[in-house]
Amino acid sequence: MVETTLLVSKIKNGTVIDHITGGHALDVVKILGITGRTRGTVLIAMYVPSKQLTTKDIVKVEGRELKPEEVDKIALLAPRASINIIRNYKVINKKRVRLPDIIKGIAQCGNPACISNSNEPIQPKFYVKSQDPLMIRCHYCSYIMEKKDILEQF
Amino acid sequence: MEFQGRDIISLKDFSREEIDYILRIARTMESVAKNGSDLLAGKILATLFFEPSTRTRLSFESAMHRLGGSAIGFAEAEIASVKKGENLADTMRVVESYADIIVVRHPLEGAARLAAEFAGVPVINGGSGAEEHPTQALLDLYTIVKEKSRIDGLSIALVGDLRYGRTVHSLAYALSLFDVTLHFVSPEMLRMRREVLETITGKIEVVETNRLEDVIDGVDVLYMTRIQKERFPDAAEYAKVRGSYRIDLPLLESAREDMIVLHPLPRVDEIAFEVDKTIHARYFGQVWNGVVMRMALLGLLLGQIK
Ligand SMILES: [Zn+2]
Repeated sequence: MVETTLLVSKIKNGTVIDHITGGHALDVVKILGITGRTRGTVLIAMYVPSKQLTTKDIVKVEGRELKPEEVDKIALLAPRASINIIRNYKVINKKRVRLPDIIKGIAQCGNPACISNSNEPIQPKFYVKSQDPLMIRCHYCSYIMEKKDILEQF
Repeated sequence: MEFQGRDIISLKDFSREEIDYILRIARTMESVAKNGSDLLAGKILATLFFEPSTRTRLSFESAMHRLGGSAIGFAEAEIASVKKGENLADTMRVVESYADIIVVRHPLEGAARLAAEFAGVPVINGGSGAEEHPTQALLDLYTIVKEKSRIDGLSIALVGDLRYGRTVHSLAYALSLFDVTLHFVSPEMLRMRREVLETITGKIEVVETNRLEDVIDGVDVLYMTRIQKERFPDAAEYAKVRGSYRIDLPLLESAREDMIVLHPLPRVDEIAFEVDKTIHARYFGQVWNGVVMRMALLGLLLGQIK
């Protein structure tokens, strides 16, 4: 077992997103809008051996706390991720992401002929049919989307 | 069973008991349709057709008039406000003040679901893009019951464009509540939609094939649909497919004597004219059954039939 704490250095203040489904660290980075030209330390570890998952990814972001919408998006891609808030090198708050049964507003329906993609006063709404592998169904047209369809939008 | 105030958006929202009940009420409407009635006197039906369909609109209006109610509405050509870009939600919020019940036909999928969320009166889906057409499927079920005295135990083939054919989606949802074997017969690129397959899988036996010849001798009901040219990338591809999903007298030779052929109409050339006078043809009878079924639905949703 590799010592993950040694593998990725600590951050002083910010957020550690742990237990990201292996291979999805870069997607999480994308959700957070980190382009590489934004300032601040970002540490990324991929395919780290894990007790809970066979492998996991970890993303550490210095000087930043996440917005609820960002947490919801991460939950779609990595339903077992945990969000740790770090102050002065210590974890002061740790919580698991939670994928609700109904998702509103954070994804668009992938069916171009769906009414939710036209100019109507509503938010797209989906039912989570399966968390892992992810499968969601549009409330309006019943179209089914998977993780890859949602990734294209983020 | 309580239907008053409900919407009819998708047949996946209905239980077997509810569908059985609707079919029984439709049967009682046969004589009412012939004799006339004032059951819905003073009630107004609005038909909002954002996409042309003379048949479905006339069927609903005829059903409403036979029950003593009246009908208002517009057909595609007249919808100036919609062309100006008014959204469906706003249209519904206006029209609910004009009518006691609303039928919506719209080119977009999910449109009826949205329409119902913004209307305070019952909404009936008169066809939502390529998604669903529940009242057509209900009248098809009614036709099957009338002709076969049952649905359970039957072997039924849905043929043609199963990807964009809205009626076959509604039919598949409803038939999955019965003890039937369903054959989906279509070209590869027009196979039954994933969301329908996901919903019905495990409930009934489903067999997919692209050869009509494989099913013709074993089925009780052959449900034909139109394959539209626009679905194909080129004319040659379409021409190849068109001939393979067409029924004519030679093909019917291997069919069971009591096999019935249904079609939501209009047909193009997927049923040869020579089939019309055979003992199998039932597609024109469906039109009358549509009026009877829609009478039942209007009466139930308006609370005048219990
Ligand atoms: Zn949709």
